[in-house]
Amino acid sequence: MKKRYLFIALILFSLLSLFVGVSSIKPMDLLDFKSEQTEIFLISRVPRLVAILLAGAGMSIAGLIMQQLSRNKFVSPTTAGTLDATRLGILVSMLLFTNASTIEKMVVAFIFALGGTLLFMQILDRIKFKDAIFIPLVGLMFGNILSSITTFFAYKANVIQNMSAWLQGDFSMIMKGRYELLYISIPVLIITYLYANRFTVAGMGEDFSKNLGLAYKRIVNIGLILVALVTTTVILTVGMIPFLGLIIPNIVSIFHGDNLKKTLPHTALLGAIFLLVCDILGRVLIYPYEISISLMVGVIGSGVFLYLLFRRKAYA
Amino acid sequence: MIQVRELSKFYGKKVVVEKVNVDIHRGKITSFIGPNGAGKSTLLSMVSRLVDADTGEVLVDNDQVKRMKSNEFSKRVSILKQSNFMNVRLTIRELVSFGRFPYSRGKLNAEDIRIVEQAMDYMGLMEMQNEYMDELSGGQRQRAFIAMVIAQDTDYILLDEPLNNLDMKHSVQIMKILRRLVDDLGKTVVIVLHDINFASVYSDRIVALKEGRVVKDGPTNDIINSDALREIYDMDIPIKQMNNCRICVYFNS
Repeated sequence: MKKRYLFIALILFSLLSLFVGVSSIKPMDLLDFKSEQTEIFLISRVPRLVAILLAGAGMSIAGLIMQQLSRNKFVSPTTAGTLDATRLGILVSMLLFTNASTIEKMVVAFIFALGGTLLFMQILDRIKFKDAIFIPLVGLMFGNILSSITTFFAYKANVIQNMSAWLQGDFSMIMKGRYELLYISIPVLIITYLYANRFTVAGMGEDFSKNLGLAYKRIVNIGLILVALVTTTVILTVGMIPFLGLIIPNIVSIFHGDNLKKTLPHTALLGAIFLLVCDILGRVLIYPYEISISLMVGVIGSGVFLYLLFRRKAYA
Repeated sequence: MIQVRELSKFYGKKVVVEKVNVDIHRGKITSFIGPNGAGKSTLLSMVSRLVDADTGEVLVDNDQVKRMKSNEFSKRVSILKQSNFMNVRLTIRELVSFGRFPYSRGKLNAEDIRIVEQAMDYMGLMEMQNEYMDELSGGQRQRAFIAMVIAQDTDYILLDEPLNNLDMKHSVQIMKILRRLVDDLGKTVVIVLHDINFASVYSDRIVALKEGRVVKDGPTNDIINSDALREIYDMDIPIKQMNNCRICVYFNS
């Protein structure tokens, strides 16, 4: 899995994505700047592509950081309650401010995402029985508890309909002006790259980090903040994308190990490609309708996840 | 010299280490021995700052450990704890390179790379430097960790039960390596050991703990005798002299 090939694949699928859709746009149409095609292209297709790339890379990196910091290959925003905590945060923001602006939602959801993830890490600390499979199960249960709370209050407040928009990840609503929040993924990626060595060291445990003079707690907190930021922006703009943060880092780790400095570009690229392929398939399979991205990723992702579970005996 | 002064640790009301005073001499191997729960590992963890002491202080070459910056400390004292689940996939070379982390923060310069390669060479790991840690045998893995500590280039090297899960051959190999670190490179090594005979054969000094207190502290020859061992382990252990080694025959006592 060379970076070069991943990059080429990314470009090919990106081009494909730009020219797949209900209204047919051909590259030649774009020469006419005023045509309807060009407008659709700029308002819908390009934002959609950018959103997919940012969300795919961002969620994969978030998963990578979580796996590194929890030292468990099966921990990710999906399996640690981060997604559910974020949704609870969105609900709270909707109840607190009747017409919550994006920024208000963002801030409250971020606080909840961070709080939920921190809480999960605390639970992780207290658990004596650190089985690789047991921990994500705890995370899923924790997430389900949060999710039930969300559903209960959403039901009470009659905003169930509203909430479900954040349940299903969906790129079909992405348009110019509705996805720009996702650009937060870019600084997150850069910071992660700058801190890559520290995250790798932190991934070897608190004692190991302290031996090398690393401020372990601070690195963990920085990592969790990055995860919460990415998760929040993705959920607010696209919705839940399950499994992405789980499978992508695992696949990369099998081939390239866990040295973040080395694996980070691969993880970001592969995450973007994977999401792009899922999106294209979702758009093509029942054309002219669309299968939502969370369903596509869920189906393909859970298959890959199962494969990883069975394969685990051979490697992790 | 590392000086431990009146060091104590409590977990709730339980005293794990109580007012311990120990001097660790430069250029020697010092072994911490004693029954389970004697506080050996906790003591080692406090000396290396992994665990905060409740009372007392530790001095490294007359500097208060508490006051040292963590980066500074990690250039002077290193600790290897028994890492039961090392499920991070790094190659040997990557791991050993992290030994330079206190100096380079991950950006290796030519000097760092030279030291890393020297350390791998010293531990005979050059040929397998690109193999992943999780695919190595226990002995190889332990050697890789020691290579990392060599690259970390600290005067003091602390190891918590480095022979755990190793077979006889590899245990002997590791102990010989530690001996060489002291004799050839002038390091100071402190080890927590379970096997009294490894302590007897390889260490210069022994500190025996029991119920959180130091019960014996001195040159190996003063500790490896039946009277002292009775006090430490509550067992009558005959000592046999073989090839200049004192062997404790505890199996049927």
